Amino acid sequence: MRIEVNGEPQDVTGTTVAAALIELGWGEAKVATALNGDFLPAVARAAQALKDGDRLEVLAPMQGG
Amino acid sequence: MRDFYGVALDSPLMLGTAQYPSPAVMEAAFRASGASVATVSLRRETGGGQAFWQMIKGLGVHVLPNTAGCYSAREAVTTARMAREVFGTNWIKLEVIGHADTLQPDPFGTLEAAEILAAEGFEVFPYMTEDQVLAQRLVDAGCRVLMPWGSPIGSGLGLNNRYGLRTLRAAFPDIPMVVDAGIGLPSHAAAALEMGFDAVLLNTAVAQASDPVAMAEGFGLAVRAGALACAAGPMAPRDMAVPSTPVIGKAWL
Repeated sequence: MRIEVNGEPQDVTGTTVAAALIELGWGEAKVATALNGDFLPAVARAAQALKDGDRLEVLAPMQGG
Repeated sequence: MRDFYGVALDSPLMLGTAQYPSPAVMEAAFRASGASVATVSLRRETGGGQAFWQMIKGLGVHVLPNTAGCYSAREAVTTARMAREVFGTNWIKLEVIGHADTLQPDPFGTLEAAEILAAEGFEVFPYMTEDQVLAQRLVDAGCRVLMPWGSPIGSGLGLNNRYGLRTLRAAFPDIPMVVDAGIGLPSHAAAALEMGFDAVLLNTAVAQASDPVAMAEGFGLAVRAGALACAAGPMAPRDMAVPSTPVIGKAWL
């Protein structure tokens, strides 16, 4: 299916957020996720189904003031 | 001394982690400044986030995640929830920006987000103007720290409204306060501490200096000087001169 990851279109085969993250290379990374604008806690990723057109944000620690 | 949600800081200096010429210079600037808190953000992962996080952990300072760049309470609340999970802290520097040119905080969005976050157990550091009414509303919402701006973010203009800052400080004697934003020189930081503020938060003044490490050391000394002066009880200013050398005993020449 085709979803949007950090603003870019991505084709993924995994059907959950957890599976998609592994597919995208973020299986072990320290990241936070939001699905369609709402915070998705790490513990909920395995049970969270994905559907076509979902917007996934994957955020990581970054410089800030 | 006032603490920050139960945490007493070794130094009243909070330093940002952005805009340094290199990660190594940032690290050296932290060591030279003696800063006790590092502010960080969350952004879309493009590969550098993991290494950055390792470096921040290595600094051995408290981490204060921000919601920089958020223009609505909803965005800020979602960002705060994500930050809590990633950084493992209830601390959040709440920024809800109201105007792109001044980066002035939106008081209404800030209050709305603060109410939600405080109810969820966050320990909110709200970035705000020096407005005393807003300050009371934020305290009522559960904020136990306030962060009035000195002047617009990144401007380096210092303490734009000393009268407003002084009255705000006096109005909430039990609330720890940080002057956040607009500090350009160590003298601005010292002045904030001398006025009774508990800490300052700055980034650009150090990161964009020609020699960030030397400037960081300067800020470290300035906040220490300011804190000592505040604790020592400054003299009251007066309009007329008063001789400091005794008049009695002066020779008749």
